Amino acid sequence: MREISVSKIRDTVTDLCLKANFELRKDILKGLKSALRQETNSRARNILKSIIENASLAKKRRLAICQDTGLVTIFLEIGNDLAIKGDLEEALHKGVEDAYKKGYLRKSVVNDPLVRKNTNTNAPCIIHVDIVKGDKLKIAVSPKGFGSENKSAIKMLKPTASEKEIMDFVLEVVKNAGADACPPLVLGVGIGGTFDHAAQLSKKALLRSIETRNTKKHFRALEKSLLKAVNALKIGPMGLGGKTTALGVNIEEFPTHIAGLPVAVTVSCHATRGAEKVL
Amino acid sequence: MINITMPLTEDIRKKLKAGDEVLLTGTILTARDAAHKRLCDTLKKGNKLPINLKDAVIYYCGPTPARPGRAIGSCGPTTSSRMDPFTTDLIELGLGGMIGKGDRSDAVKGAIKKHKCVYFLATGGIGALLSTKVKSAKVILYSDLGPEAVHKLEVKDFPLLVGIDSKGIDLYDKAGWKKE
Repeated sequence: MREISVSKIRDTVTDLCLKANFELRKDILKGLKSALRQETNSRARNILKSIIENASLAKKRRLAICQDTGLVTIFLEIGNDLAIKGDLEEALHKGVEDAYKKGYLRKSVVNDPLVRKNTNTNAPCIIHVDIVKGDKLKIAVSPKGFGSENKSAIKMLKPTASEKEIMDFVLEVVKNAGADACPPLVLGVGIGGTFDHAAQLSKKALLRSIETRNTKKHFRALEKSLLKAVNALKIGPMGLGGKTTALGVNIEEFPTHIAGLPVAVTVSCHATRGAEKVL
Repeated sequence: MINITMPLTEDIRKKLKAGDEVLLTGTILTARDAAHKRLCDTLKKGNKLPINLKDAVIYYCGPTPARPGRAIGSCGPTTSSRMDPFTTDLIELGLGGMIGKGDRSDAVKGAIKKHKCVYFLATGGIGALLSTKVKSAKVILYSDLGPEAVHKLEVKDFPLLVGIDSKGIDLYDKAGWKKE
């Protein structure tokens, strides 16, 4: 059986957190540039230009793209035939801690939701694990700000609900997010599973490039209809009007129960960050 | 483009109109959720605030730490509406302006109009770029709050839009989409 040490995992998490916070994802940058070509509204154009300039400066100076360097969610895909030597959970938290110290990133995590004392490390992180075939380990980090996280929502629809009802819910979430969530947005939509799993899928959907569509035809069509409908809202960059309200809509789905149709929407901003590596 | 130098006096405030592009220079203060709560708790107890807000500008911002040799890290605005429950009390004390992103409550809009205050918008998610407009930063209050401490910032040509002017006119209302 292939073995991997937790120290390698810790270092990889650190590198990925730094990369995600300093280098805007290529697909997002490309989406922003394409939005700039389409916008005619001068205010929308100026905002998009600043966002693009910001990305280049952040990368060059190793400065956080956004000061809200987020609460980190880590998605692991662990191969069945891989043996991890050591304390995996500790390695993940320490990997985050190392990055936030080394990269002068903001420590935005409080120890307790009610006591609210800053942990000063940005740990702990949120960990999701999938068990997969093979002997590899895939690590994906998603440091996400709370301006957009606060606007995320979930709804348990009836199993007989139409696609239109799904779309109406997503549009309601986007309208409610308005200017607050830093549009143009990236929307992660989780459909199916359970209450908790739909939410997790919606977060995971954000990891996928906005240029890559869902593998299933009907979800691919729904992604496209949603993006079109969201942009028709004309909320625009920073909510000041324009053609670009979202850069992308990614759906992840899972089998569900005969009695339900959970739909979760994770709202993410134009600085949707993420980085991944296979070990 | 309108150049403004702090303090943000009523004379200056009254001239600004929703949608105006502004470059702000001078001393401003940062405060976000936890600091607002503490400031308002102080007022509730009948005590005087440890900072003077007359004609001052509060920037809703929690910056990233500065790298050695730099004034500040990334420093964009956070969502303003979370500060709404605390804002009217501060406006009544003479606060001249606020910088943030997103909508404000009707109560805040009313207080802005009544006291001829101004709400500025900074672009969210461009904190690296905005950091180049900050010449110095110093924690002056609530240092235990870490990134949420009150910082005194010296800014030069900090780029803003007038979001809500002293007449209560809101730029988001002009943007062509309506929040239901």
